[in-house]
Amino acid sequence: MTQTDPAETFRLEAQDVLEQLEQVLLDLGDRLDDMALVDSAFRALHTVKGSGAMFGFTEVANFVHEFETAFDRVRKGDAAPSAELVRVALDAKDHICRLIAEPNTHAEAGAAILDRLRATVGTGGQAGAQPQAADADTPAGAADNGDPSNGWRIRFRLPEDALSLGANPVLLLDELRALGDCTVHASAEKLPGLEQLDPEICYLSWEVTLRSDCARGAIEEVFLFVRDGMQLDIDPMPAADAESQIPERAEPSEATEPPAKRSDKQSAPARENSSLRVAAERLDELLDRVGELVIAQARLSQIADESSNPNLMAVTEEIERLSAGLRDTTMGIRMVPIGTLFSRFRRLVHDLSAELGKDVEFVTSGEQTELDKTVIEQLADPMVHVIRNAIDHGLEGPDARAAAGKPRQGTVRLSAAHEGAEVAITVSDDGAGLDSDRIRQKAVESGLISPDATLPEGELHRLIFHPGFSTAQQVSAISGRGVGMDVVGRTMDALRGRIDVASQRGQGSTVTLRLPLTLAIIDGMLVRVGSNRYAIPLSAVEECVELPAEVAEGSHSRNFLSIRDKLVPFLRLRELFRTQDPEGLHQKVVIVSTGEQRVGLVVDQILGNTQTVIKSLSRLHADVETFAGATIMGDGTVALILDVAHLVRSGERFEARLRDEQKGQAA
Amino acid sequence: MTEHAKDIDAAPDGEAMRALTLDLGGEIFAIEATSVREILDMVPVTEVPNAPAFVGGLINVRGRVVPLADLRVKFGMERRPPAAETRIVVFEIMLEDEPEIVGMLADRVHTVADIALSAMEAAPKVGMRWRPEFVRGIAKHDGKFIILPEMGNIFKNDAGALASPEAEGRT
Repeated sequence: MTQTDPAETFRLEAQDVLEQLEQVLLDLGDRLDDMALVDSAFRALHTVKGSGAMFGFTEVANFVHEFETAFDRVRKGDAAPSAELVRVALDAKDHICRLIAEPNTHAEAGAAILDRLRATVGTGGQAGAQPQAADADTPAGAADNGDPSNGWRIRFRLPEDALSLGANPVLLLDELRALGDCTVHASAEKLPGLEQLDPEICYLSWEVTLRSDCARGAIEEVFLFVRDGMQLDIDPMPAADAESQIPERAEPSEATEPPAKRSDKQSAPARENSSLRVAAERLDELLDRVGELVIAQARLSQIADESSNPNLMAVTEEIERLSAGLRDTTMGIRMVPIGTLFSRFRRLVHDLSAELGKDVEFVTSGEQTELDKTVIEQLADPMVHVIRNAIDHGLEGPDARAAAGKPRQGTVRLSAAHEGAEVAITVSDDGAGLDSDRIRQKAVESGLISPDATLPEGELHRLIFHPGFSTAQQVSAISGRGVGMDVVGRTMDALRGRIDVASQRGQGSTVTLRLPLTLAIIDGMLVRVGSNRYAIPLSAVEECVELPAEVAEGSHSRNFLSIRDKLVPFLRLRELFRTQDPEGLHQKVVIVSTGEQRVGLVVDQILGNTQTVIKSLSRLHADVETFAGATIMGDGTVALILDVAHLVRSGERFEARLRDEQKGQAA
Repeated sequence: MTEHAKDIDAAPDGEAMRALTLDLGGEIFAIEATSVREILDMVPVTEVPNAPAFVGGLINVRGRVVPLADLRVKFGMERRPPAAETRIVVFEIMLEDEPEIVGMLADRVHTVADIALSAMEAAPKVGMRWRPEFVRGIAKHDGKFIILPEMGNIFKNDAGALASPEAEGRT
């Protein structure tokens, strides 16, 4: 299990680097004159090429090489960065992803991209088509200064802190040797006396005579990653000097070894703050174990309370504190800033705005908001649909916007924020807003609502998340088939989240996705129905009221409560669960809600609050829809967790039926 | 089903299956011993409202929520409340090619025995009250008939079984 496939490691790392590259390219698209961005794009490409060649991804290395050469030309000022370059580069980045995922199947697509790339930066033909850092070939196409026919004299001194930052002079010298025959001379002139010597500081400087006619660029490339703060002089060798350097070789090269060895040791502390890659399954397993620990601890507390043994109670309290801490830490490990998700959408917006000819400004905020990793992964798909919808249907074309007195450039805002035990993710646009009349018309046409039904605005807008619902006049390649928003609705249900839609005609619309912080542990309200106990997610509970005696005993057909002058339908869980046990004396109604919809659940007794670890039900119970899962209580028994979204929907259906009946009577 | 019968026919003489034997509804059943995880005394069972009667309960097995099955429902036997000898056999089955841990009620658990496969016969087409696809075979051991249930079919697609009148009638 600890043995990892090096190729897999490369894939993971390359994915990170390529994602970074995508961000850099998108930034570059916004600020074409920022050379620092060109540099970092170049560095990212260089890394992918080098490690690709190292792990046997030669196809990747060859493709990236030319891509890199193009950016090198831009970096050196031989070609200007342009919007077209960014577009080609983004395509090339996608192509690299494909090459890594499915080697040896995409050669032709690559050639087309390279052609476009050459056309953009004007790279001459196949110049330097071989990867250079990967092997010892001397590239010919790179920029060239001076006459290298007699070789080069290279003097360099690393910055004092280079070793502690992980630089290794031995590797640099090896890379130089790969370019040609080298004579290395280390100079210890800056070396202080022993009493002042700091083993972490690099005091040595080197003078290398390189007998090779390679380009200056090839030498500079060796120092690419240590270039900041170092001294580097590269001069062509005068003809006479070339020989005289050779005899000095043997003795000084030994001097280069000791600092290098030290640097190996020193590189460890430099990684102190670095992150660790852990397989997600291991974290899941850890969380399961912690969940079991919390359950066992709850049982222990119960026993300790009954025992009235002060020592046992003291230890139990200690364990309670520790396991709570352990639980919080474990949950913390799974939390990931949502920014990782947001950055993916920049590309989506970039592509969409080009495709639809709409100028879109994409503003994100709250990237630091943390959310469970599983939740973030499952959010990616629905978010794509919401953002697509905002750009395709929400934003008008530039001309229509100008006609409506709005700036030609549309804005889509994506933000995330903590709201209590929930995270709210908001996508808002300043487009045309939802067309309530049209939604109503469509809903009536498809039989979702009756023609004379009166729905509050929010409820009407939420219909867009109904399967197969689309108000788009024309189905475009991007949206309008009414499939996307349905995906959003289902995913939010599965994540125990909810959706709010706010919209104003002509002003734009805002879709808010509200999610619980974590999927694994929830606060629940424990209730009793008959002889069974059930947990209701506390986040959905609005209030609890007594079931009025006249309703409790009255006819079972009038299942409505008036709460502060608002009618709330209620479901008798006893009937729903077909309980035979005798009714409780004072039945309670727990009002739960999902967004604006509310429904009351009649229970026999409210037992209190509990923190529950959610266990999913087995496939044998897949078709029992009333329950979201099960949990193990302090006494070791199992309690079922009610699926509030499902219950509210049944409440809604019930309400609609009742309303229709009432209308029938009135008519 | 016929596939299994073939397997059994093809088994060379003397090959045996190690199985756990148990009483249920007056018959003796045998479950392959390698699939059995543990045998528990009766524990509190949480009833799942509106679930098929065959898997109407949930139990806690070492911090894991496990469905509790009652094979008597599928075999049309009378369901009696648990008694002192009642046990829960926890075992692993394959559901849609994925392993699933389930518990099963037993009136009494006997022993682990080696059942000679040569002594096993395919379920007779006539003269049997039970649905033939639920029975892998019937073996004779110590002069008694032992039913080898076909767990794959019994646990498969329970929604359909609920709709069937036979299962519903027992609820």
